[in-house]
Amino acid sequence: MKLSDVVKEFGLEVKAASGNLDQEVTGGYVSDLLSDVLAHAEDGVLWVTLHIHQNIVAVASHKGLSGIVLVQSRQPEKDTIAKAEEENIPILVTGLSAFELVGRLYKAGIRGIEAD
Amino acid sequence: MRRIKADLHVHTCLSPCSSLDMSPREVVGAAIRNGIDLIGICDHNSAENVLAVKKAGDRNGLLVLGGMEVASAEEAHLLVFFDNDDDLLGFQEHIYRHLAGRNDEHSFGLQVIADDEDGVTGFCDRMLIAATSLPAEAIIARARAAKGESLVIAAHVDREAFSLIGQLGFIPPSMSLDAVEASRMTAAELKKQFPDCGRYPVVAGSDAHGPDDIGKRFTWLTLENVAIAEIKKALAGRDNRKAEC
Repeated sequence: MKLSDVVKEFGLEVKAASGNLDQEVTGGYVSDLLSDVLAHAEDGVLWVTLHIHQNIVAVASHKGLSGIVLVQSRQPEKDTIAKAEEENIPILVTGLSAFELVGRLYKAGIRGIEAD
Repeated sequence: MRRIKADLHVHTCLSPCSSLDMSPREVVGAAIRNGIDLIGICDHNSAENVLAVKKAGDRNGLLVLGGMEVASAEEAHLLVFFDNDDDLLGFQEHIYRHLAGRNDEHSFGLQVIADDEDGVTGFCDRMLIAATSLPAEAIIARARAAKGESLVIAAHVDREAFSLIGQLGFIPPSMSLDAVEASRMTAAELKKQFPDCGRYPVVAGSDAHGPDDIGKRFTWLTLENVAIAEIKKALAGRDNRKAEC
């Protein structure tokens, strides 16, 4: 599934890097610990989190993630948006809770990473 | 007794998220320009620039406390200081053993190791922006096990990200902290919003990542001399020592 399709299908609000939605979402990951994402997320994965600090962008860039979805209408900090534009990392916002959003993403065919 | 202006939360160019202008000489120069008497050097998960800043500070009459800002497994940040450099370096070894990964300069930034004359002596290749695998309690226990005195402050507890309260919901009553740091709020605001903080002395620190930020927030310390035992007395308000922010 393309990131742009995910945005459309789930009515996500695009907060940064709107020009970089033409990517394939290869899977999903949910976590609010940056170190956990650093250790376990993979290239092309869409990251669902409530973390809004600018470090999420550095982590997503390092791991080659396809984008970050902030849940429960959480708004990224100003620095976070600036950094995301710079690094071309899409930041998306949903009003849904992480549980709800992930349930719907799963139903739409996006899968998690197999545990080690 | 003397009254000094202290900013105990200052980064250097070793922290990947810091300005490259934060070289040892510039950190010292900016602190003096901004009217600060004592700075605490605390880079993320490393102390590799502490000795250089101490040396530069000595030359210019600036007091420097050596420490680091450790990220616990829960991603809460703790400022940990030691009187003795050997204690600090031993603590750093322990932290390094529990810190995985290599830095990605493009995503996270450069980690410059410098000498006291601002010569670049190397780049730290560990992933300093990451969190250690040590729980906060274990980090504090290791600090307390050092030969000399240690000072442990929960960093920016008034922020959501990377703060003990943000990550754990509240401060566990058993936790051995010497103070909590307010990075945006006043001490009164902090205690009002987070009643847990009422149990601890409050310090204000700048969390400076660039020279202009050094001393933007500070704590007045009234003490006999700059040693951690004296700072602790000041924080506790014992023996006519005081800490005000």
